[in-house]
Amino acid sequence: MNRERVIRRYSAGERCHHWLLASSFILTGLSGLAFFHPGLYWLSNLFGGGTWARMLHPYFAMVTVLAFLTWFIRIRKDMHITADDRKWATHIPEIMRNRMDNAPATGKYNFGQKMLARTQLLLILLLLITGVIIWQPLFADAFSVDLRRVAVLVHALSAFAAVLSLIVHVYAAIWTSGAISGMLSGRVTSAWAQYHNRLWYEEKMQQARDAAVRPDLGGNTVG
Amino acid sequence: MALQSLDISARSATTTPAPKARKTPELAKLIDISKCIGCKACQVACMEWNDLRDTVNRNVGVYDNPADLSAQSWTVMRFAEVEPAPGKLEWLIRKDGCMHCSDPGCLKSCPAPGAIIRYSNGIVDFHQEHCTGCGYCIIGCPFNIPRISEQDGKAYKCTLCSDRIAVGTEPACAKVCPTGAIVFGTKEDMRLHAAGRVQDLQARGYSQAGVYDPPGLGGTHVMYVLHHADRPGLYSGLPKDPVLSPLVSLWKGVAKTVMNVGLATAVLAAFFHYVSQGPNKEHNEEEVA
Repeated sequence: MNRERVIRRYSAGERCHHWLLASSFILTGLSGLAFFHPGLYWLSNLFGGGTWARMLHPYFAMVTVLAFLTWFIRIRKDMHITADDRKWATHIPEIMRNRMDNAPATGKYNFGQKMLARTQLLLILLLLITGVIIWQPLFADAFSVDLRRVAVLVHALSAFAAVLSLIVHVYAAIWTSGAISGMLSGRVTSAWAQYHNRLWYEEKMQQARDAAVRPDLGGNTVG
Repeated sequence: MALQSLDISARSATTTPAPKARKTPELAKLIDISKCIGCKACQVACMEWNDLRDTVNRNVGVYDNPADLSAQSWTVMRFAEVEPAPGKLEWLIRKDGCMHCSDPGCLKSCPAPGAIIRYSNGIVDFHQEHCTGCGYCIIGCPFNIPRISEQDGKAYKCTLCSDRIAVGTEPACAKVCPTGAIVFGTKEDMRLHAAGRVQDLQARGYSQAGVYDPPGLGGTHVMYVLHHADRPGLYSGLPKDPVLSPLVSLWKGVAKTVMNVGLATAVLAAFFHYVSQGPNKEHNEEEVA
């Protein structure tokens, strides 16, 4: 009887980091959406009213920016776009229809995940810069009204794109069975890894074999 | 901030009709710059009636005092020494403050429901108890008027003495003006009065005299009579042909609609993708080579 093997995908530190980022992103998003459209103003009640939402939003945002940038530094080595990734991108229409078999194998992250994270990096930086320019009462008065007009528009557009990117990210995690429990427990099954991220799976297997031959190399991640 | 009204023509961040059972005639304040002597009685009357006391500041070398509008100074006389023609010095004194636009950029920009109100009489009023202090009114205003208080974080500006007008009297500045440079009445009457003043000024050699009632903002409920209506910039940078910034119109207009629809579509698309395609799940056990 083949006991199902699990592979550690995220360490406890990485999981905490991810969920800190997720919480601050959601708090920033909800407090910001309150000002995005009158129909969403009720969201400000979650934070104790409009004034509280306005005051808290930039501080939630600072946590998000720090958590995101450090997260991106953490995963940056897996963010390079390879030739296989570009090939993978041409298979997106069939992947969306749940047919993965012809798509090239991927590393720890696939092309979509890499592009999403890179887009989010750009958006976070845009939101940070434009957000500082319109931050009342700390910084806004230091900038001209003309500049603030540009900033507030870019802020709204990038916020829209950022929320859209979160919807894509959350949905992709729901759609991909096992992804959410992977981020909660840190563990995925080896079948999952083989199916979704074959190159990463093989790398892990190689590490395990090396560790078996040379225990001094560590790599005690498969078990 | 006024009593509850039933004659509201627009309310910030509100997508349903405001209470508008009553309709009042459009009112306007007319400031005839050719009659202003710069005595600042209007500033004092504004402080008195609205019970505002700005902090005493430094003299900056000109008569402007205080040097700028603030949460405690809702109107300021701006003094400009200009030479409209070579060798012909003129001292142009403009009473600066909220223009009470028909299409107010502050109201359009404000994200807080009911923090900015436009009454059917044309007054644009801030209701500070709904204000969150985000500063978007400053971003939307084409005249750079609203100021956020350092004390309470709320935005303030001229109310056109909405509380006085509600009980049938005129703004404090108009009441006190010793030369009659500030007059108040229905917009129609004020336009008529202004036309007479313009005719008089033109007869006296100011061929470019005219009324400042910028059509790009749907007209304003504070109007100026200018001797040099062709060059409003002479009057301490009064903007020529002001309009709402296209950035603000885009931000609060089509962009918001497109973005709202976009977000809703994304959520629906995700849901129906799952329902139609099912979860993305590995089909097999691990294949061990």
